[in-house]
Amino acid sequence: MARSDVTKLSFILLFAPFALWIALLIILPQLGIGYISLREKVGPGEYTFGVSNYVAFLSEPIYWNTLLRTAWMSILVTAMALIVGFPVAYYIAKIAQRRSRAALFLMCLIPLWVSDLVRAFGWIVILRETGLVSSFLQKIGLVSGPVEFLYNDATVVMGLVYTVVLFMIVPLVSTLDGMDNSLIEAGYNLGGSRFTVFRRIVVPYAMPGIVAGCIIVFMLTAGSYLTPILLGGKNSMWFTEQIYEQFVTRYNWESGATFGVLLLVFTSFVVWLGLRLTDQSLASTVAKD
Amino acid sequence: MNVAAPQSPLLRWVYRGYMLAFLIYLAAPLFAAGMFAFNDSMFPALPWNGFTLDWFFSSTEPKIGMFHDRRLLRGLQNSLIIGVAVSAMAVAAGTCNAFLFERKQFPGKNIFYILMIVPLVIPGVILGISLLVFASMIANGLEETFGIEWDFLRPGIFLVILGQFSFLTTITSLVIAARLRKFDIALEEAAFNLGASRLRVLMTVTLPYLMPALFSAFVVAFLVSFENFNTTLMLVGSDAPLTITMYDRMVKVGSTPVLNAVSFFLMVGSGALALLSVVVQRKDEQT
Repeated sequence: MARSDVTKLSFILLFAPFALWIALLIILPQLGIGYISLREKVGPGEYTFGVSNYVAFLSEPIYWNTLLRTAWMSILVTAMALIVGFPVAYYIAKIAQRRSRAALFLMCLIPLWVSDLVRAFGWIVILRETGLVSSFLQKIGLVSGPVEFLYNDATVVMGLVYTVVLFMIVPLVSTLDGMDNSLIEAGYNLGGSRFTVFRRIVVPYAMPGIVAGCIIVFMLTAGSYLTPILLGGKNSMWFTEQIYEQFVTRYNWESGATFGVLLLVFTSFVVWLGLRLTDQSLASTVAKD
Repeated sequence: MNVAAPQSPLLRWVYRGYMLAFLIYLAAPLFAAGMFAFNDSMFPALPWNGFTLDWFFSSTEPKIGMFHDRRLLRGLQNSLIIGVAVSAMAVAAGTCNAFLFERKQFPGKNIFYILMIVPLVIPGVILGISLLVFASMIANGLEETFGIEWDFLRPGIFLVILGQFSFLTTITSLVIAARLRKFDIALEEAAFNLGASRLRVLMTVTLPYLMPALFSAFVVAFLVSFENFNTTLMLVGSDAPLTITMYDRMVKVGSTPVLNAVSFFLMVGSGALALLSVVVQRKDEQT
């Protein structure tokens, strides 16, 4: 067998699993929900096609309000995660001693390996009416009765930041790690103030990490399910909850699929916009490991 | 003098305080979830009634420990089966992908590479519902036209495995490809020159080199599979994995310390696994 045949054969053997995976588990299922979302039930087993599911979405304020709310909360959570995570990443990458750096990084990663459910459960134990914070406040006499800290938006945002902030820190540390301190020194030598050096040198250098972190965090937040429901209660108005309700509780797959398509289009649009505005590509940010 | 650090001592202390506060924020819920597994009380709340291991090992009502709770144990067993199966599949497919993208040149490679990353940026709930819809469409089609009943296409363990596989493969591919990129191709050429066959080179040179990456990809995939909720929730049938069982219990029965015991067990288990993978990688970097 000629050498080029071997090369061709090995290419086909390697390409086949990839093609099967992407086609059968990603592309066709996505087309599938697209197809279902355009379908409308007119009788038992009878369907027509049209955009009525999308019209129904637009004409029902509670649906698109939920999507908008999810969007705003996700953007807020992303911004908070960046604000909270950047100093931490900077400390790990630039300030900590070599030894403590690895330990700190590992400590930051530990919650990553614990299920969302356990983390949310932990917050519930701390924040609910009979929880730790409430008992503590009663004990020191600051409040007279039990206080409920769950089921409000601030708690949901705090819990979401908690679940996603690590995905912000990891890419930030890996980009900041590559920055040479002499760049900062040069900035000072040229008369830059702390703020100028930070704005003109550190931030531009960290940009790929910032974009990667923001994209991952935004996607995770917009697609999260457990944290908003457990910390925000049943009326937290989160879009994934609507999808679940349509699919499982009401068994209305047509409108559930419509919501799914809308969420996917919306999140993809935000990611695309983010990449576009910062001149990055998906391969250079998310896949950079 | 570290130019990157704040210059005034006061600011340095403020910065350190911030780091400490952040670490406390990270640890607080984990600590709270674990702590009440050992409280001798019917509720995961203060006051502290003394230390007990009942929530792990007790077999009498009303305190049934997690190791005597049949539903939780079944959930754990399902999680293990799903985790091992999906990680093995994802590592196998990830290895193929790594070789495909690191070693082969073909038209449209960049587009295919982006397609490979895409599963990571699709929300898990959507991966779940799209697979559910697609599998049901196939199952219904088969049933209507041929009268064949393929039950494995209905929600259940098989679909959960497929759903998790769909995005875990991206993660394993990236981990393995990163290691393969560092491989010195001259080693393979030397083996070829010494007369080794392709298969032999793969088995004795390339795969042993990749072993640490294969191992950590497996561990990462296993942990992510074990803790996955969103995709699994949409595809789950009667045999639910542990996270779903736990969630059901939390929503229907309310929180009891047995859930804290499960949380503690999960934290210790996944912590140990993650540490193991870090150690393997560390050791490998030294050689």
